[in-house]
Amino acid sequence: MSESKQEWPLWEVFIRSRQGLGHKHAGSLHAADAQMAMQNARDVYTRRQEGVSIWVVPAEAITASSPDDKDVLFDPANDKVYRHPTFYKLPDEVNNM
Amino acid sequence: MKIARMSPVEMNLEARFDAYVAEEKKIEPKDWMPDAYRKTLIRQISQHAHSEIVGMLPEGNWISRAPSLKRKAILLAKVQDEAGHGLYLYSAAETLGVTRDQMLQDLHAGKAKYSSIFNYPTLTWADMGAVGWLVDGAAIMNQVPLCKCSYGPYARAMVRVCKEESFHQRQGFQVMLNLAQGTPEQKAMAQDALNRWWWPSLMMFGPSDADSPHSAQSMKWNIKRFSNDELRQRFVDMTVPQAELLGLTLPDPDLKWNEARGHYDFGAINWDEFYNVIKGNGPCNKERLGARVKAYNDGAWVRDAANAYATKEATRQKNANASTHAA
Repeated sequence: MSESKQEWPLWEVFIRSRQGLGHKHAGSLHAADAQMAMQNARDVYTRRQEGVSIWVVPAEAITASSPDDKDVLFDPANDKVYRHPTFYKLPDEVNNM
Repeated sequence: MKIARMSPVEMNLEARFDAYVAEEKKIEPKDWMPDAYRKTLIRQISQHAHSEIVGMLPEGNWISRAPSLKRKAILLAKVQDEAGHGLYLYSAAETLGVTRDQMLQDLHAGKAKYSSIFNYPTLTWADMGAVGWLVDGAAIMNQVPLCKCSYGPYARAMVRVCKEESFHQRQGFQVMLNLAQGTPEQKAMAQDALNRWWWPSLMMFGPSDADSPHSAQSMKWNIKRFSNDELRQRFVDMTVPQAELLGLTLPDPDLKWNEARGHYDFGAINWDEFYNVIKGNGPCNKERLGARVKAYNDGAWVRDAANAYATKEATRQKNANASTHAA
């Protein structure tokens, strides 16, 4: 079996489904370069008008937080309930505030 | 099965994992997971991806032979969807640490399986109807519960697949309906296709629960939601009235409504045939795998050329930037 020298790099695909919304992760694909990644993203992820705009990002360019850091990163917000409007009990007259 | 001894820390992690999954929570790629969970998913998702890709072959065969331009366009769109589904699934499997090349090598070497249904030939145009109606119908029955699978990337891929798959089944039923309402020859063609595809479709749900080696663990991990027999029964119950509507006869003399069970009883499945096809002795195993390997090998120069072009362009870009800075 003849072997290709190397696998095409992995790209992450983000799609804006319509104007006014942000780009959302749709999935990933392999492509040799950015132009091919864009063409492949169009064929793989928008066959049914799922989007009006596409971002393709080399997967290796993404820095992701680690699940092990979940507590350190996100727990400190856990006891700051005063950041939410429901924390404040106001008189009925102004409670729609 | 080999049982590796786990350290107390791992046992603790595994207990937490099991409890987490039992609460219907999702596992994402970088989360800790037991090795066996990872291996099970890699096996299942890659086989699923291979099935989508190999599944393009029996239908691709009919694109140039479709009876009208409309049918040709529909079939093209369907086969393109199957390619897309394969790609969603390969990507989902890659999040577990296996490479695309590795999965393809396993397929080409005969180490990885794909759905044995695609080792049957598509002899007439009516087969395009029967495949859409029955094979995609059975696939949907299997796939809908996977949308709630515990592994996030697999579940998300399945949501996309299921959304798109519905048209596949409907267009297949419509092909059957047109043939069944056509000339006696056309109706006979539809009946013949149904006769050949019915039993292999029932086999798509896999062996009976008692003989299904991975079922129990997959259920515990929320990868699998319903047993093979449960889904098969659902498929039979759903399909019988559809066949009646077509005016076609399901090729099973034992098929009859069981009032007490509230389900249709059906005849015994020929599991010898099933295992024989899985072993590689189906009518088209060699042809299908041969076509995949040939496509992969014939495409090697394209992959290499694209890589070479990308490297060259990147170097050119770098040099251009460097000379701009120097000036």
